[in-house]
Amino acid sequence: MKPPPFEYYAPTTVEEALALLAEHGYDAKPLAGGQSLIPMMNFRLAQPSVLVDLNNIPKLSYIHRDENGGLLIGAMARHNMVQHDPLIAERAPLVHDAMPKIGTPQIRNRGTFGGSLSHADPSAELVAVSVALNGRFRLRSQKGERWVPANEFFVGLFTSVLEPEELLIEINLPPLSERSGWSLMEVARRHNDFALIGVAAVVSLDKNGSCEEAKLVFLSAGDGPVEAHQAAELLKGQKLTAKAIQAAAEKAASADIDPGSDIHATAEFRRHLANVLTRRALNDAFERAKGK
Amino acid sequence: MTKQFIGKRIKRNEDPRLLTGQALFVDDVEIPGMLHAAFLRSDYAHARISSIDVSAARERPGVVAVYTAEDMGDDWEPGPPLVSPPPTLQGVTFHSRRQAPLVRDKVRHAGETVAVVIAESRYIAEDAVEDISVEYDPLPVVVDLGKALEPDSPLVHDDLDSNLAAHLYQQKGNYEAAKAQADVVIKKRFYLDRGAAAALENRGIVAHWDEKGKQLIIWDTTQAPIAIRNGTATRLGLSENQVRVIAPFIGGGFGPKMMMFYPEEMLIPWVSMKLCRPVKWIEDRRENFYATTSEREQIHDVEMALTKEGRILGIKDDFLHDTGAFDPYGLTLPLNTQCHLMGGYDIENFSSNCSAVFTNKPIVTPVRGAGRQQGIYVIERMVDFAAKELAIDPLEIRKKNFIPPDAFPYNNVIVDQAFATLILDSGNYMPIYEKAVEMIGYEQFVKEEQPRLRAEGKHVGIAITPFIETTGVGPYEGARVQIEASGKVYVTTGYGTQGQGHYTSFAQIVSEQLGVAVSGVRIITGDTAEFHWGTGTFASRGAVVAGNAVHAAASAVRQKVLKLASKVLATPEDELELEDGKVRMANIPHTSVSLGELAALANPLRGAVEPGTEPGLEATDYFGPQYGAAAFGTHAMIMEVDPETMMIEIKRYIAVEDCGRVLNPMIVEGQLHGGVSMGIGNAYYEKLHFDENGQILNASLADYLTVTAYEMPPRIEIGHGETLSPLNKLGTKGVGEAGAIPVPALFAQALENALLDYDLEILETPLSPNRLFELLYKS
Amino acid sequence: MRNLFNLSVTVNGTLYEREVEPRLLLSDFLRHDLGLTGTHVGCEHGVCGACTILFDNEPARSCLMFAVQAHGHKVITVEGLGTIDSLHPLQEAFWEAHGLQCGFCTPGILTTLVPFLEKNPDPSEEEIREAISGNLCRCTGYQNIMEAVKLAAEKMRD
Repeated sequence: MKPPPFEYYAPTTVEEALALLAEHGYDAKPLAGGQSLIPMMNFRLAQPSVLVDLNNIPKLSYIHRDENGGLLIGAMARHNMVQHDPLIAERAPLVHDAMPKIGTPQIRNRGTFGGSLSHADPSAELVAVSVALNGRFRLRSQKGERWVPANEFFVGLFTSVLEPEELLIEINLPPLSERSGWSLMEVARRHNDFALIGVAAVVSLDKNGSCEEAKLVFLSAGDGPVEAHQAAELLKGQKLTAKAIQAAAEKAASADIDPGSDIHATAEFRRHLANVLTRRALNDAFERAKGK
Repeated sequence: MTKQFIGKRIKRNEDPRLLTGQALFVDDVEIPGMLHAAFLRSDYAHARISSIDVSAARERPGVVAVYTAEDMGDDWEPGPPLVSPPPTLQGVTFHSRRQAPLVRDKVRHAGETVAVVIAESRYIAEDAVEDISVEYDPLPVVVDLGKALEPDSPLVHDDLDSNLAAHLYQQKGNYEAAKAQADVVIKKRFYLDRGAAAALENRGIVAHWDEKGKQLIIWDTTQAPIAIRNGTATRLGLSENQVRVIAPFIGGGFGPKMMMFYPEEMLIPWVSMKLCRPVKWIEDRRENFYATTSEREQIHDVEMALTKEGRILGIKDDFLHDTGAFDPYGLTLPLNTQCHLMGGYDIENFSSNCSAVFTNKPIVTPVRGAGRQQGIYVIERMVDFAAKELAIDPLEIRKKNFIPPDAFPYNNVIVDQAFATLILDSGNYMPIYEKAVEMIGYEQFVKEEQPRLRAEGKHVGIAITPFIETTGVGPYEGARVQIEASGKVYVTTGYGTQGQGHYTSFAQIVSEQLGVAVSGVRIITGDTAEFHWGTGTFASRGAVVAGNAVHAAASAVRQKVLKLASKVLATPEDELELEDGKVRMANIPHTSVSLGELAALANPLRGAVEPGTEPGLEATDYFGPQYGAAAFGTHAMIMEVDPETMMIEIKRYIAVEDCGRVLNPMIVEGQLHGGVSMGIGNAYYEKLHFDENGQILNASLADYLTVTAYEMPPRIEIGHGETLSPLNKLGTKGVGEAGAIPVPALFAQALENALLDYDLEILETPLSPNRLFELLYKS
Repeated sequence: MRNLFNLSVTVNGTLYEREVEPRLLLSDFLRHDLGLTGTHVGCEHGVCGACTILFDNEPARSCLMFAVQAHGHKVITVEGLGTIDSLHPLQEAFWEAHGLQCGFCTPGILTTLVPFLEKNPDPSEEEIREAISGNLCRCTGYQNIMEAVKLAAEKMRD
């Protein structure tokens, strides 16, 4: 399974990369980790005529604090680096938890944070997690820059709002509020496989220990990350009892998501799993929130 | 002589090369001027070809040739059948239909070869494949085994009245009479579905026709180099001695690489002769799912008649067997299934109709287990259901029905895949079964642990499944053993290797006879220039058939050594012993002569020899068993199931195996580990999904789920028995497929046991989380 | 569109300079252009791990990289780990523990494990399982591979 021919460029600065994307438009595709793009090219499912290799731009790979207690992550930060970074563990534990679930160790040596997000695969953990954490994405082109909130970035199956001449260059993850807890639960057939379905949950508690806000974002439940708005609404202001959690889980599974069927799982099975995982994730997140 | 080598855990001779990347696999072959092939394969499962236009492909720079069926002219013909139906079987219907190198009239399964591009590189060849345009007239597709024999079904082969590929009937005793006597009759229908071998190395072939020397050399990932050589010579009008086939190191066989002739095997040598250039074709992973054979789809309608005490009076099984679009492998699979439907039980009455059916799916030929798993699945499930129905303990009912040890050789009357009557040569099932029961801690688990776990809300089940495995079938294999003047021992056999350790286990057999270190024995396998008689590596027959041929040849060399040494040392043969590469007098060990010196003496450059003497210390010998040796075992497992997520976790796994004399326990254990991993795959992870158009929906390793280290139990604990086979001098039986055979039945039992409160009845394999969900929540 | 690139890459300590097409996969470059056939190709979609090599000392799938991406970088293949006369302790351990059967997946597993053992000289069973979870093996059932890793860790600690 060999890829078709393409023109190849290896810019060393972001400006160079953007100039190439501006020049070639729809013909060009940026190459980040390549762990999703190159298999598609080998299968000839993707046939870009121009590849702009971003791997020679060291300035795009970093993990910094921002001034609000959150994080700034360069788009080319490799999964391996993110997985072992103490700042991530400290300020974005949900991301830290997601990392070992992404692919295999070798994939994580090449795959990148920004690459995974730009690829916009609804089964990607980082897609759901970035929405659950109210992440913001910095997009740049030769014409300028814009910030896009995570929940507006993903617009369809493998489709984001990125224009052909734009690059995702940085991700901002704001800090979680004080009394918050988080959880990521998923079910996969083999340990390292794409999840049949998964949910990233973030809950924050008010002074009385009731739920101030809840965010439930599903992966593998639709064309993009799916937020369970109705379930979250049910939890607002509630004490997180087993009954409340169960009601939210049922709502999420029956009303908020519309999963598809494939050879690994039917929509019905996915809904069933969504119910189970939401319940478990909310319990888990709640325990964490209480523990603080 | 003390036994020093057989039965020992000896490090493998082949490993240093494999570990350092110095072992030659087919894709490693590089020949100056070599061209590369890529195939245009049909996307349709069933379609007529109205036209093929290869002109654009031919014009692409770097493309040397493009061939279609038409371009082959008179050289186009379907391949020969690999296996014919047993002549010993009465009343068989068999319609032989074999695949051609390139499709001419109509495509019969997705992935069939329509055209081949030969180019300077595989990259260019794949580009050129996209230049080819084909006009297809799609035809209705038949993929559902259960519907393929209906009168209005589309026909895979238009010259037949139906999709019936074969029909056979076998019986033992009189089932209907037994049924009339029975206290209870259990009836069930079982569905078994397809899995792939998915060896890590895909198939490949390099063919090099040397026009000046008029010699053809072929490297092929085949399990049967000799048959490939002979068949290729016939097809191409060459003498067998003009063709050399080398099966070098092979990255896993598991059955499908035994199948021949694949279209590519027929075509690539022909292309090489046409172009007078070496040509290489390496299958890629996507092709592998369509182009390499797979197995296991059957539908069984079964009845079992029992007394109320649980004694099995008879079993009747009428089943359908999917053979795919062609049937080159004869009746091997259905016969193996039938031969395992009685398991290791003493069943006097048996009746089985089998219909092999054509469908528009890739060809079905053996994959590790080769039809045996289906037979064992059926019998073990039926015994489980009978136990439930009669309220008899599932262990007790089995013990009641095992063939007793004094009943061997046990004649099961029906005909097996090797055309012989199914006779189980030796066996002692009870101790093996009880060993498994003990190793898994059955009593303690059922009485104490399980109730405690249940009270905690956990769903943990236990299962124990006995099985038999027919192995070591003929017809024969051969070997040549030679001691060289250097003292090194050189052994050659036609029997190829795909990782089973033959370079070591065969060496151990030789070492035992000749007293040399295992590392001093050099084995050459799978090269027809070195040895050209034999059949191939299949059906767990290596140790038995090839091993015994090696043993016979090595023994013959030993006799020559003793005879010559006796003269040289002026000592009677019975006072001599072979050790450390020397022959020495038993009582005066420092009086010795080395094997190398003897070899040199046996090949004099001057002087006269006695009439009738053969030069050197060399012997060739063959072995063909009367019938196959029946190995047996029992697996046991404790498994936890999460009835909310359907995820499973194997807590403990026991495999007790009796394969007669063990040549190298390390290698046998490795085979069991690997077999179990495939069995686990077959039980809960692996399934080839076809849609109604005959497309494979999971033709990639991302979606066809072979197990990783995570899906395996923490440890497979192994127990051994050693009931020798009376059929060969080594007393050995095969074990290559054993690990995979009982696992689907074991899983079914464990799941039902874990989920007792759900009253589950499992009638199918493979299962999956989704399927388990449907069974639990829709009942 | 036959643009060729001047590729300069160090493989197993030797600097190679070649002209390559951008689409040439690193796995094919190593195997066919450099003749280092120890790295095997099992799937070309990044799942089986047979093609794993060390790219700047980190295990990576060579079927998911283009050779041009290795320009200026360092690659180590199984041939760079040891020779028949001088096996790496990891290779020795695999030999002793029967950690391979057909040997096709083995090079990819060895390269994956070398940095793993360097970073984890006393790994737990769980850690070993995780480390090899990205490599498929169809022959061994992984059990003896796990044993080989434990043995190698012991050897490398001494």
